[in-house]
Amino acid sequence: MTTTTPAFDEMSADGLVRGPYAEIARWLAATPQEALERRRREAELLFKRIGITFAVYGEGGDPERLIPFDIIPRILARAEWDALSRGLVQRVKALNLFLLDVYGGQEIVKAGKIPAALVRENEAFRPEMQGFVPPGGVYTHIAGIDVVRTGPGDFWVLEDNCRTPSGVSYMLEGREAMLRLFPDLFARHRIAPVGHYPEELLETLKSVAPPNCRGLPRVAILTPGSYNSAYYEHCFLADEMGVEVVEGPDLFVEEDVVYMRTTTGSQRVDVIYRRIDDDYLDPKVFRAESVLGVPGLMAAYKKGNVTLANAPGGGIADDKAIYPYVPEMVRFYLGEEPMLSNVPTYLCERDEDRAYVLDHLDELVVKLTHGSGGYGMLVGPHSTAEQRAEFAARIRAKPAEYIAQPTLALSTVPTLVDKGIAPRHVDLRPFVLCGKEVRIVPGGLTRVALREGSLVVNSSQGGGTKDTWVLEDDPADITTPVGEAG
Amino acid sequence: MLSRTADSLYWLGRYIERAGNNARGLQVALRMASLTRDVAQRDSAWRALLIASGCEPGFRETGQVATQETVVRYLAADPSNPSSIISCIEAARRNGRQVRTALTVDMWEAVNETWSEARRSTQQTFAPDNLPVFLDWVKSRTVLFNGAYADTMLRDEAWRFVRLGTMLERADNTARVLDVHHHALGGTEEDGAVGYLQWQAILRSVSALRAYHWVYHSRLEPRRIAELLILRPELPRSMVACYGRIEETLDGIAASHGGRKGECHRLAGEMHARLRFGRIADVMAGGLHDFLTATIDRNLELGRQIQGFYLQA
Repeated sequence: MTTTTPAFDEMSADGLVRGPYAEIARWLAATPQEALERRRREAELLFKRIGITFAVYGEGGDPERLIPFDIIPRILARAEWDALSRGLVQRVKALNLFLLDVYGGQEIVKAGKIPAALVRENEAFRPEMQGFVPPGGVYTHIAGIDVVRTGPGDFWVLEDNCRTPSGVSYMLEGREAMLRLFPDLFARHRIAPVGHYPEELLETLKSVAPPNCRGLPRVAILTPGSYNSAYYEHCFLADEMGVEVVEGPDLFVEEDVVYMRTTTGSQRVDVIYRRIDDDYLDPKVFRAESVLGVPGLMAAYKKGNVTLANAPGGGIADDKAIYPYVPEMVRFYLGEEPMLSNVPTYLCERDEDRAYVLDHLDELVVKLTHGSGGYGMLVGPHSTAEQRAEFAARIRAKPAEYIAQPTLALSTVPTLVDKGIAPRHVDLRPFVLCGKEVRIVPGGLTRVALREGSLVVNSSQGGGTKDTWVLEDDPADITTPVGEAG
Repeated sequence: MLSRTADSLYWLGRYIERAGNNARGLQVALRMASLTRDVAQRDSAWRALLIASGCEPGFRETGQVATQETVVRYLAADPSNPSSIISCIEAARRNGRQVRTALTVDMWEAVNETWSEARRSTQQTFAPDNLPVFLDWVKSRTVLFNGAYADTMLRDEAWRFVRLGTMLERADNTARVLDVHHHALGGTEEDGAVGYLQWQAILRSVSALRAYHWVYHSRLEPRRIAELLILRPELPRSMVACYGRIEETLDGIAASHGGRKGECHRLAGEMHARLRFGRIADVMAGGLHDFLTATIDRNLELGRQIQGFYLQA
């Protein structure tokens, strides 16, 4: 499947307007381009004023950049969302069970469902976690599952994020901006709210308080600091939850208990939603030179005096080389058939897969096994012969570091661009919360590739975001001819 | 509250106040320069401003000669001077960003928009013709920030730490402004016209020229100027007014912490009492310069004590 296949447009497939977009299509037809432009500028101003920025590494220029926000919403019918969310819950449950198992008895390896080497020799595997069961048996409390769509009912999981997925603040602020800009549009739809996400997050974090926690659990967000690209989000979530956002030096460990330094002296911390990588958590256990973490944190964790969310070592579940085995995990742990499909994936490490990949570089998307953020990626159909030759050489040199997938024709949604309204490719990152129970707020973060034809939605690569609406009343997927929409 | 949060709030207050004080100082120095014909006198006025802002040692290290051009650049625009207006705005915004959630939206916008506007400044911004506009803008932005936090912040710990920073910086500035001109106020007869100009300058730099007339209904007299700026509680930038708020604020913090107090509370109380019950005749008799130097030293010590007790706990 390549981009030459016309992509599925979520608003108007085959010249007909799909049900969930009926009102939006009418609105777009009735609103002059300048009015839309003006609203777009107002939205930008709103984001600038609240200071919601994203740092782009290694490009120079303004270190604090706004992620472009597109004012045309992406809409899902309730039934579409319900089916998708059931699949997400199932998948995240399986991922958590896999993590418990992989750091426990490794039954899935023993059963021959996943090659032992793939687990044990994986960089993302943390031997420090072996034999440890995190509070509540939960490893990945906040998971971001990246989903793409290729047809009315065709959703695919592109990748799982089990470490420290970000972006939820854009989902929430995007909705706030839309509510301020388009109250009349909201009045004409029944849109499932998302604003309770921080409450759900706090409930989730409290529900996994450590065994030695007395009284109400005190929660804190651990950030690498104000120069981190997602710092805005750390503060935003802390503010919405009413908890402190702390940096490593604000915390210290005494007799295996974690405290934070406050103006009234030290205060015990029970649950840490950490937004720093495993490597930097505790210089006594992981990277010794880390100044972002807290010496002794892991010992306190192992003693049951503090909960870390997400648990260290979760990266083994979202590793791109492990990804092809997730459907197998669903079958193995839950005894169910996976409701969400994986994108077919070639592991360059395997001889026959590599041969195929090297022969079909112009059709495939090649990704780094351990990479993220859209860096170090080749989109075959959009690549030059030179880039392909470079990737071929890299794959031959270090095959285990690369995987390849067919280039999916990601669905498109109408987007306001310089020339007017045009279809642009989108993906979706729903955030799945896992504590005593699994919770998802309806929708997620829709990312849109603003460049014409581009399939890369990452904000570091010129992607933007859209508000994602899940409609409460289900407009049956009745289509009306585009011409009649106005 | 996290000690780091308190630290950032306190420095946010201090840096905004410092940016405003620098702008005031520059405005007055510019005015004096335009009224003084004698070049040597003009340059000594610029040196005096460097000393008042505590930037003299740093400036000396740059190896430049103190002229209008070099001093204006150093105090307004030089990023290597940590107390330049541009550096203060940068530092205030950095501290504000650290504790974004402790600020109200209005405070954040006041700081953030000041910062983004300041970042667009060019050499042209500081050119002689444009400088007054820039300095007025800085002053109005600090007034906006102070108003934003006075009007929108909960009267809790966060508010107290910002206020503590503002008041300590302000007390310090008033003491320094006076000290730089202590010759003009110390009773030794100077050339009348220049002396008068300096007295006016002192009052203007703390926005107190009109206040003087309202309080005293008489022509400018050095001893009264000193009294107004040191001992009169009705002038909001007088040292006694600032110290009154410092003591009150520190006591408020202590009360919310179940009465826990340290050396900083004692020191603030002692200084406030001295100013509250002091008489200008005694201050002048003991030497204005000695009084002010001792006060500036105690300001520094109070800053250190606050730092140790609350901010690096």
